[in-house]
Amino acid sequence: MEVKQVKLGSFLLKRFLLSIFVIIGLSIVIFIIARVVPGDPARMALGPRAPEDVVQALRKEMHLDKPLPVEYFYWIKGVVRGDFGQSLVSKRPVAEDIKEFFPATMELAIFAGILMVIFAILLGVLAAQYKNTWIDSLIRMLSYFGIAIPAFVVAIIFMLLFGYYWPILPVLGRLSSGITPPRTITGLLTLDSLIEGNFPAFWDAFKHLILPGVALSLGGLFQEARITRSSMVDNMHKDFLAAERGYGIPEKIVMFKYLLKPSLISTVSIMGLDFASLLSNAFLVELIFNWPGISRYGINAMLHKDLDAISAVIIVFGVVFLVVNIIVDVIVALLDPRIRLGAARDV
Amino acid sequence: MEAKENVLLDIKDLHIWYRVYGGYLKVLNGVNLILREGERVGLVGEAGCGKTTTMKSILQILPPGDFLIPKGEIYYKGKDILKMNSSEIQRLRSREIAMIFQDPTAALNPVFTVGTQIGDVIKYSIALEEKKVHKEKIKILSVKALKEVSLPDPERMLVNYPFQLSGGMRQRVCIAMAISSNRNLLIADEPGTSLDVTIQDQILRLLKEIVEKKGTSIILITHSLGVAREMTDRIYVMYAGTIVETALTKDLFRNPVHPYTKGLLASVPKLSGGGIAKGIPGRIPDYLNPPQGCRFQPRCQHATCSCAENPPQLFEVEKGHLVACYLAQR
Repeated sequence: MEVKQVKLGSFLLKRFLLSIFVIIGLSIVIFIIARVVPGDPARMALGPRAPEDVVQALRKEMHLDKPLPVEYFYWIKGVVRGDFGQSLVSKRPVAEDIKEFFPATMELAIFAGILMVIFAILLGVLAAQYKNTWIDSLIRMLSYFGIAIPAFVVAIIFMLLFGYYWPILPVLGRLSSGITPPRTITGLLTLDSLIEGNFPAFWDAFKHLILPGVALSLGGLFQEARITRSSMVDNMHKDFLAAERGYGIPEKIVMFKYLLKPSLISTVSIMGLDFASLLSNAFLVELIFNWPGISRYGINAMLHKDLDAISAVIIVFGVVFLVVNIIVDVIVALLDPRIRLGAARDV
Repeated sequence: MEAKENVLLDIKDLHIWYRVYGGYLKVLNGVNLILREGERVGLVGEAGCGKTTTMKSILQILPPGDFLIPKGEIYYKGKDILKMNSSEIQRLRSREIAMIFQDPTAALNPVFTVGTQIGDVIKYSIALEEKKVHKEKIKILSVKALKEVSLPDPERMLVNYPFQLSGGMRQRVCIAMAISSNRNLLIADEPGTSLDVTIQDQILRLLKEIVEKKGTSIILITHSLGVAREMTDRIYVMYAGTIVETALTKDLFRNPVHPYTKGLLASVPKLSGGGIAKGIPGRIPDYLNPPQGCRFQPRCQHATCSCAENPPQLFEVEKGHLVACYLAQR
């Protein structure tokens, strides 16, 4: 057993070190892209009517007069210390903006992610168990719709249905205007209000989450349901399942222990990627539901050529993506001993 | 026929079809097989002739929803398995019959430890009688079963995953699972054929030892007549979903009657020179549209018109030696 833990530890360390290199690479790419786009950030910050010597002074202050590698060095030094520069739009430090908007996006993404995991597995197992019946066909048909329709279209349809024709759920923002928001602890309204014991606020925040969360989760959810189903159906024909059934292990144990665990490996592996597409879909969904998140902040930054803000948003997303993928790798390693114990021979 | 009371397994006119796109694969076409208590029976035939399908149907472990049993009965101790309810099937699998699969790598779940897998087999067998099963008891019985198949260091083996074991060890683990609850009938599906010849030999010897020590009945599926000759009392020769010949092992080798059996015997390469063995021309028929009459007839040198019309029934040529061929009846 000890050996097992050591192996898992070194596995984690390896993934972590690799991620650091990925982040460094990402930061270089972002930096270069941000600097090669035409236009002078100092001039844009000060506006077209600012005198030339003021612009030059700002250029010096922003290290824009130095060669590119030196400029990168100053920038990354700031980033490591949590200083992402100044936003041209909000006129505040970018780090502060991120601190304000990022939790809203995380709350939405985590909620959509939870929906995705639960319903993907549920629908996948159902479809596999009732293979080739009307239940399977129904789930298959829903999946085609869910995968084919982009999240922002779903968002607009939801808005029309539940905000206009049948207004049962809130469609704008994170909290109704009459509700006092809870003290900021994690920044996730639902979690903070639960910690405070403020149930009306929790319920209200939760209701605000439902529509954007569902709209965001649908694509990944149905894709994973399909993958779960097909890998379960594949494994159903494996000898080990016939063997386990044949040795007298009850059907339920065979289905939910011996079949589900190996089948979930491919589902979980794809979840990391689906989470990434969930974050990119969040850009439009946040805009539609007026969700004060970092995606909407990012779009605004792009429209105003707010380079420091854009770079910061991309780096934050990069880190989130890497963290999610490390989590996914760990879950896969826990599910699959062949990966965890580092021996993929003769499989 | 002989006295009925010591018959353990009696398969009568079993037909099994697989559902595929465009129709049914008529794989089993009337299999008749009898096994008496303590008997060691060999089931011989080339790949794809329905040996494994027949055996899996006994345990009801054919892939769910993909097959059809239009006709036939499988009596175990006088009771039709095909009419049993799920708890009777459960008992049958836990206590009476176990199958050892051909490829031990495929037969073990890759993501669970040996201890979990063998432990669950033992747990649900005990659970038939006792409400609460102690973990300690499961462990003791698991270790005992692993010891019985001569695995070294069984305690440590419990925490190993299948991929950490060698092929021979995996096969031994599979056998340990099969013998763990003192079942009455073992079905061994070409045990060890996916392994080295030397390991295969060890596995077969182990199986022989266990069967002799416990007095277990065994059905040994094999395509090696040499193995069948060494390990069995009686042999069934199967071709394309039907039994074409059955006899005591010594009678079959002394006096093979069916042309297919003769062909099989001629296909065995001799160690003492003589070049490549003769073999049988052609291959197993298309199960979607199997030939009318005798299924071997398209490949048979002796086929006559009547062979293509009606399938021949089993015919007794000498005591206990049955052949399904018009040649034998003449």
